[in-house]
Amino acid sequence: MAKDGNSKDNVKKYFEVVKEGFVEIGSIFKKGDWKTRVSYLIFGFGSIMRKQFAKGIALLASQIIFWVYLINFGLKYLVKFNTLGTEKKGFNPDGTVKYGDNSFLILLYGLLTIVLILVYLTIWYINIRASYKEQKILEQGKALPTNKKFFSSLLDQNFDKTLLAIPVLGTFLFTALPIAFMICVAFTNYDYDHQAPAKLFTWVGFENFKNLFSLNTNGFGSTFFVVLAWTLVWAFFATFLNYFLGIAVALLINKKGIKFKKMWRTILITTIAVPQFVSLLYMYKLFASDGIINAYLLKWGWIDSYIPFWQDPMLARITIIVVNLWIGIPYLMLMASGILMNIPADLYESATIDGANSWQCFFHITLPYMLFVTGPYLLTQFIGNLNNFNVIYLLNQGKPQSMGLAAKAGYTDLLVTWLYKMTVNDTNYKMAAVIGIMVFVVTAVISLIVYGLLPSVKDEEVFQ
Amino acid sequence: MNEKTSSLSRKRHIGNAVTYAILIIMSVVWLLPFVGLILQSFRSYVTEFGGMVDYVVPKEFSLDNYIYLLKPENKFTLWFKNTFIIAFFTSTLSTMIVLGVSYALSRMRFAGRQAIMKVWLILGMFPGFLTMICLYFLLKNFGLTQEGAIPGLILISVMTAAMKYYVCKGYFDTVPIALDEAARIDGASRARIFLTMIIPMAKPIIIYQLLESFMAPWCDYVFASYVAFGYSDSYNVAVALQRWVWTNDYQGFFTRFCAGGVLVAIPITVLFMLLQKYYVEGVTGGAVKG
Repeated sequence: MAKDGNSKDNVKKYFEVVKEGFVEIGSIFKKGDWKTRVSYLIFGFGSIMRKQFAKGIALLASQIIFWVYLINFGLKYLVKFNTLGTEKKGFNPDGTVKYGDNSFLILLYGLLTIVLILVYLTIWYINIRASYKEQKILEQGKALPTNKKFFSSLLDQNFDKTLLAIPVLGTFLFTALPIAFMICVAFTNYDYDHQAPAKLFTWVGFENFKNLFSLNTNGFGSTFFVVLAWTLVWAFFATFLNYFLGIAVALLINKKGIKFKKMWRTILITTIAVPQFVSLLYMYKLFASDGIINAYLLKWGWIDSYIPFWQDPMLARITIIVVNLWIGIPYLMLMASGILMNIPADLYESATIDGANSWQCFFHITLPYMLFVTGPYLLTQFIGNLNNFNVIYLLNQGKPQSMGLAAKAGYTDLLVTWLYKMTVNDTNYKMAAVIGIMVFVVTAVISLIVYGLLPSVKDEEVFQ
Repeated sequence: MNEKTSSLSRKRHIGNAVTYAILIIMSVVWLLPFVGLILQSFRSYVTEFGGMVDYVVPKEFSLDNYIYLLKPENKFTLWFKNTFIIAFFTSTLSTMIVLGVSYALSRMRFAGRQAIMKVWLILGMFPGFLTMICLYFLLKNFGLTQEGAIPGLILISVMTAAMKYYVCKGYFDTVPIALDEAARIDGASRARIFLTMIIPMAKPIIIYQLLESFMAPWCDYVFASYVAFGYSDSYNVAVALQRWVWTNDYQGFFTRFCAGGVLVAIPITVLFMLLQKYYVEGVTGGAVKG
């Protein structure tokens, strides 16, 4: 999020912190007593010797668990990490099945082991510092905190550790580790022809990325750019059309002299209340070639043959954007109503006295205020729409498909729906992983650019 | 003078009339799909036709679809129960996680606070489905796929709930920190401040969080279908209904979907309408704080 100069400073600062850490490790060893020095080898030794049992035993246990894990489990995957396995599944001379290496497990547990080694080193560092801190407290003639105090601090000054332990562990295991795994997969040839455990897969460097950008017949290049372009166009319309029309509707409902405000609002809100998959799937059938809309138009004689809402690429794209308006306007209306009420009324009064008409009021007061307040929201909306799986997939699964597009992509596929199809239908994991990384790149680049431009970040004071 | 005011008021009348016209047309557009859904759910698949037809109002109102759905052997009640269990546990447990995380990040200053927020921000920029195969494997290791899909789905959404802390933290940020400080001077521990001061004050945001996370599993199609993979006893309603809509043979699947959709929509809609106030607060607040 920081600007260029800042990020350089941050990197510098980071290295300084690391350097200080190393210096500290050395100086503690010099100044430490024998209890602290033994702690360099045996975790928690100093703490246990100084009767800090809760802390000491926890540290010692983490050391023992780590080594048990590494020797019994982690090591055998870690040593094969650079090849991801060499021995194929096959048969022994006597005809029995010989299980070879499982590349999937080697990659996953190899990664886990690497991370655990880093965690181990961090605990080692914490352990040394803790021991030295205790030593210094004793040298100053003060008393060490009791074990009871150690536990009760977990509900007080160390409450953050209690609260964050499970969430951090959970997001590591179920988000960070899988993402790291998939990033690695992007650099392997893991696909339908190389499925673990029967077959091996291995590192291939930037091969998949080259394939993504290659424009020759077997490459993904042309398809990727079509899908990327549509993803951006879609996100643009889905965000800004909804935004402006939502504000317009909110203004209409809040207009002076309009009655039954609550009723109009409630009618629109129904779309939020009804689970989206019900309304989206119904919409899909509504616009289908044998759906109600086509049926009535045919019956009334307005058209001779059905309108290919989902079959024609252009029409499908327009239909999706229109249906998304139906889904999205109520949210924006809700939000805008709340914010509009906060605009100071005297701004309008003084403008009207100066002879401004309602259009001028809108463009010079309402819109700037809304844009200022909802800038960050627009950004998250835009990014949400880049990844808006439900609307696309439940409406028409990214169809119409075309022979002109690679890997079964369709003309309304977003990067994420394409990724999903590759994972589930084609088991083309390597390319799915590459696409996932591209989604990340697009999201990160847009966030960085927009965040720099946002007025609410640049000058926070204007409307306060 | 008189003429001018009357022309002004006429202008306003016309303006209002146009506004009413727009609002009425909009209401029709917004409500028609639901009217269609409800009407078609009453078309019998036995005596009429369960597929696509060219009229909305059924020739004869019948409850055949609903009777079909409520028979236990057709599993719809089971799927409904599954979804409810997932939604209930996900919403209570993940709300607890989000509250704790928001409190820690909003009120406490500790080493690694910025790092945690940055890492979660970056992780959030990766598309969720990217990790599907890896998560499937992890769950499978613990026996939490197919037969165990329901606890598996709960586990995943609770464990990753922390990354959706923004709205709640934003709310906590607006509660003056002087309150905490005063309580700490009086000797209250952090945990006590959190449980007896902040939580009661955060009622609107708690309800918003509960509502949001309760509604999400009713729409979860992607991951639920992947984890349940072919084991129909573990489906949730979204997976099941979606399969009916995409079935191409017309043996009543479309009207059955309509009826199922109505049954799912009723409790959710009622719940939503009751708690609407809090939802609006969350949406507006979340938008303003970004």
